[in-house]
Amino acid sequence: MLKTPENWGKNKVEQVMTHYVKAWILALGLILTPAVATAQDALPAAPGAEAAPAEASVDAGAPAAEAAPASGLDPALYTPMKPTEGVGMPVDGGLDFQPQVSETGKQAKWINNSILLPIMTVICLFVLALLFWVMIRFRRGANPEPSKTTHNTFIEVVWTVVPVLILLVIAVPSISLLAQQFEPAPEDALTVKVTGYQWYWGYNYPDNGDFEIISNMLTEEEANERGEPFQLAVDNRMVIPVGKPVKMLITGADVIHSFAIPAAWFKLDAVPGRINEKVLQIDEVGVYYGQCSELCGARHGFMPIAVEVLPEDKFNDWVRANGGTVKGDEVAADESEDGAAEETASDDTTTEGAPADAAAAAN
Amino acid sequence: MTTIAADGQILDDHAHDADHKPAFFQRWFMSTNHKDIGTLYLIFAIIAGIIGGAISGMMRMELAEPGIQYLTGWVGAGASMDEALHLWNVLITAHGLIMVFFMVMPAMIGGFGNWFVPLMIGAPDMAFPRMNNISFWLLVPAFLLLLGSAFVPGGTGNGAGTGWTVYAPLATTGSVGPAVDMAILSLHLAGASSILGAINFITTILNMRAPGMTLHKMPLFVWSVLVTAFLLLLALPVLAAAITMLLTDRNFGTTFFDAAGGGDPVLYQHLFWFFGHPEVYIMILPGFGMISHIISTFSRKPIFGYLGMAYAMVAIGVVGFVVWAHHMFTTGMSVNVKMYFTAATMVIAVPTGIKIFSWIATMWGGSMTFKTPMVWALGFIFMFTVGGVTGVVLANGGIDDNLHDTYYVVAHFHYVLSLGAVFSIFAGFYYWFPKMSGRHYSELLGQLHFWTFFIGVNILFFPMHFLGNQSMPRRYPDYPEQFAYWNEIASLGYVVMAVGVLIFFVNIAWALVAGRKAEANYWGEGATTLEWTLSSPPPFHQFETLPQIK
Repeated sequence: MLKTPENWGKNKVEQVMTHYVKAWILALGLILTPAVATAQDALPAAPGAEAAPAEASVDAGAPAAEAAPASGLDPALYTPMKPTEGVGMPVDGGLDFQPQVSETGKQAKWINNSILLPIMTVICLFVLALLFWVMIRFRRGANPEPSKTTHNTFIEVVWTVVPVLILLVIAVPSISLLAQQFEPAPEDALTVKVTGYQWYWGYNYPDNGDFEIISNMLTEEEANERGEPFQLAVDNRMVIPVGKPVKMLITGADVIHSFAIPAAWFKLDAVPGRINEKVLQIDEVGVYYGQCSELCGARHGFMPIAVEVLPEDKFNDWVRANGGTVKGDEVAADESEDGAAEETASDDTTTEGAPADAAAAAN
Repeated sequence: MTTIAADGQILDDHAHDADHKPAFFQRWFMSTNHKDIGTLYLIFAIIAGIIGGAISGMMRMELAEPGIQYLTGWVGAGASMDEALHLWNVLITAHGLIMVFFMVMPAMIGGFGNWFVPLMIGAPDMAFPRMNNISFWLLVPAFLLLLGSAFVPGGTGNGAGTGWTVYAPLATTGSVGPAVDMAILSLHLAGASSILGAINFITTILNMRAPGMTLHKMPLFVWSVLVTAFLLLLALPVLAAAITMLLTDRNFGTTFFDAAGGGDPVLYQHLFWFFGHPEVYIMILPGFGMISHIISTFSRKPIFGYLGMAYAMVAIGVVGFVVWAHHMFTTGMSVNVKMYFTAATMVIAVPTGIKIFSWIATMWGGSMTFKTPMVWALGFIFMFTVGGVTGVVLANGGIDDNLHDTYYVVAHFHYVLSLGAVFSIFAGFYYWFPKMSGRHYSELLGQLHFWTFFIGVNILFFPMHFLGNQSMPRRYPDYPEQFAYWNEIASLGYVVMAVGVLIFFVNIAWALVAGRKAEANYWGEGATTLEWTLSSPPPFHQFETLPQIK
């Protein structure tokens, strides 16, 4: 029912045959004999399977219109935006968090990088320094007669109280961050209902005629064609307006999934039978990727999340392109009504819409 | 046993042959001797460790490069891609369950606990020797059930692919077939085994200490096992209840964890982590105990702040029961609940800090030597500190929103377990191996083992912090190319670590075949607990005359 990418990663197989993997097999040979045997069986078959050369390099400068032919929506209203390399997605060899595009995200990243990380580093270096000091100063050669000291109330009080103080220093910004993350959405906030399915995401826009977007992962070829990162790119993105609080209602249809947008420091479980609520506000236009973050079965690793953040007018155009209604367009809305909206929505989601609707109905 | 012969003479047929050993089958399969049972536990843990370690090797192999390389081959010809991906979930599930329930726990509590608790408190054996035997033998079918579950249907493919946490509804409606039922029964048996063991340890430690050994004179390893036993006794029944509810949800139409019938999937998580969090202290506390002995022995100095050390473990045990929901920060809890669990979790850093600093203070002013057990203990202190500070980061509910279920968490718990608990197991093993076997291992190979293992696991697990910062989720068989760099390095680290483990086995084999005979107290004056008053190996039955503690 999904676009089954039976040949995921096959064009990577050549890379596997590096000297390094051979070293691997040798090293593991003793404990992994049966496993390695099957692996070697699999290897010769793989190059035969072939695939297009991996042209994963994304030309960020390419015009967006050319890069995105496949949305199926009226190109006059909406063409998928091209992602910016290094924003809203991981960077190879990266050390730090992804650049944050939400207020809470910036705050959280600052707490981690400016408070927690320095404290952690100092504590680790302090313990390491003490260890080296005792190893050198109190080695048998340097100190043949051990002391008999086993108590020192003062020092014991110090190493109890000082950690408490450090924890207080951490707790103050941490608790205020929590409070900030739980600020409720304003009355008129846009609502997006997110549903996790095995193994794709559904996005409903109840304020805009309740059309549904079904979001599946793109195959490697499709992702390359669109200039997007494979295993993060999806066919239909969740789209929200920039700089506005969005009320996210998150639930699961079958098992627990977890909706995550690392660039917005956002993660909330999609639990069947529960509707979790949280405010998402992204302050910069762009495309931000995430991945399902709760084990949900075989294709847990292959139901990515892509959020496109647009200026309000472009967001409204996207809603219209999906047959949804936009406040202020009342006349147009009367004409199209719900029926038309749903029809358009299921059109653009092709056949995947059907099982999803069934699942939603069953739920 | 005393019998009186016809002529009235007392024939005491046991009193003078403390070293009389039963025949092979009786000795090893019907054992009631705490040392033999301890040995069985250690052998069991080693076998389980090899299997669990091999599975992690398969995982690092698959993750070395982007793309699905080996899973399709391992799952067999004719299987679909989904079955191959399901196999991945089976591997991560098996790795977690094996390492927790069948490697670390049997090694620390069953192995070292059985061997050295009676010796250290001056007791002839455990309080309930036959119960001790069944504790061990319940583990064997438990392990077989878990391994067997990999070969029966479990939903998308063969085996239980639920993760070691077995969350509903993936473990109920999400996994049809007998595999998950087998895994649940495996946990039931392992849990029963641990509860029986815990009862045995508590009874032994509270009732069978040698005359004069008050609780406040008890060696710290015994303290650690006592606290651990209480944690087991209180936590495991909750796990048993949770997985029994899973079982009835799966098979008998109940809906404890199904919202459609008025249940709640998050209830399962609360029950699981009410067990699961104490469980992580169960895995590390005996290690704390062993490290204390080793540090003291090789510094030739009594432990610094003994009472503080003992009560820090009690505090960790108590607080460990009220922090469980920090594993569930993203399930959608209210702000007040999240604030409470943030604060409570951070409190644990205080007693843990007391332990770290007390170990350093024990060495301060000491006269240190750096034999194999000591280098493992020093490695433990530093690596546990690193794992501990990342724990403080994760304790912050607001920060955890991004890090939850990413490789940062994987890095954190492998630093406290794979570099914490496992380091302490190796430290204890080298510390006591000559005592248990009567033979010395090669000091050179021991040091070599430490350095390769230490370097290997750090290359393996440190990059995972970066992957987590970049938000690579856990339990993924494949990943976008942007995660390739650190994954490749991590997999290289596995190879280094595996070489270290090979050195370990060579060392053990060498010691058993050609090792020098060990004297009673081979560590000298720093080793002061009662096991060092006995020969190496100790007699089959010891302390027939109870030692007096001053």
